Amino acid sequence: MHRIFSAVIVLATIVFVCAPVFIAWAPYESTMGLVQKIFYFHLPSWAAMFVAAFVCGIASAVFLFRGRLISDRIAVASAELVVVFGLIGLVSGPLWARKAWGVWWQWDARLTMALVLWMIFIAYLLLREYGGPGSEKLAAGVAIFGMANVPFVYWSVNVWRTIHPTTNVVPTLVPGMRGPLWWSLVGFLLLYGLAMMARVRLETQRATLDRIYRDLND
Amino acid sequence: MISNGTLCWLKGDVVKVTVRRLAVLCLLLSLCIGVIETSAEEFGAQSMQSSQQDEFVPIDQLDVEDQLPAAPLLVVAYAFAWVAMFVYLWSIWRRLARVERELASLANRTSDR
Repeated sequence: MHRIFSAVIVLATIVFVCAPVFIAWAPYESTMGLVQKIFYFHLPSWAAMFVAAFVCGIASAVFLFRGRLISDRIAVASAELVVVFGLIGLVSGPLWARKAWGVWWQWDARLTMALVLWMIFIAYLLLREYGGPGSEKLAAGVAIFGMANVPFVYWSVNVWRTIHPTTNVVPTLVPGMRGPLWWSLVGFLLLYGLAMMARVRLETQRATLDRIYRDLND
Repeated sequence: MISNGTLCWLKGDVVKVTVRRLAVLCLLLSLCIGVIETSAEEFGAQSMQSSQQDEFVPIDQLDVEDQLPAAPLLVVAYAFAWVAMFVYLWSIWRRLARVERELASLANRTSDR
């Protein structure tokens, strides 16, 4: 476990450190110019957030229906990462929009749904923190609801007329732009894996500590 | 005295002349319309070109909104992503270290007993 953790740290650091170099080499987009390069961190952060939301939702469902404690630990770790990656996406998006669209924020379907998705996982974490005993199961239900929201956020740009580009941006990218995007995506997913391993370990150690205290009290 | 046949011939001649005049008038009208349309198109194109030329504004005279530089936005976006990830990983490491310290102290206490 320790070896895998160290290997992932090294790999994630290499990928994350090299990413700006590849992004700098990527060609300029014809209409937006330099500011379009936010895309190489913006899209991977949302992709990592969606992966985290799915992992959280599936782990919560397993916890609800099978009662496995490890699933609950995975769910809470992943929910925290949904909030972190979502925050990166929610900050980088308006910075890009300010230059490209002339506004920081637009209450259109895509942006609003993404914000609501992020807030659902904030609610999950608040419930876990302040919900008291038994809040894990209630929070698991919230996580499943959050996961169900992900496909709607993804398809919203194709279904409703929004200011945000549709999902056909990635398949139509020029080869010079694809490399940096995939590199950043791998970097973000490695970081997700790394943070997940560390966060699950923290939950496991906390559970061990609680068990020891319970045994001492008994 | 004019006979019926002569009258008919005269009427037919008048109709023929009127039709010919109308045809000439139509031809002239269509020519005029063609000329006017062509000149209007040319004028429109010229005025559009001149208005486009008039619309050109040097980059340093653009509105404040349009002069917004991209580089600071890009740098802030990347810096925020780096800092957010770093702070989060550091917070996990800190929390993990605290729990492991507590576990170690508990293990020491139980071994002392």
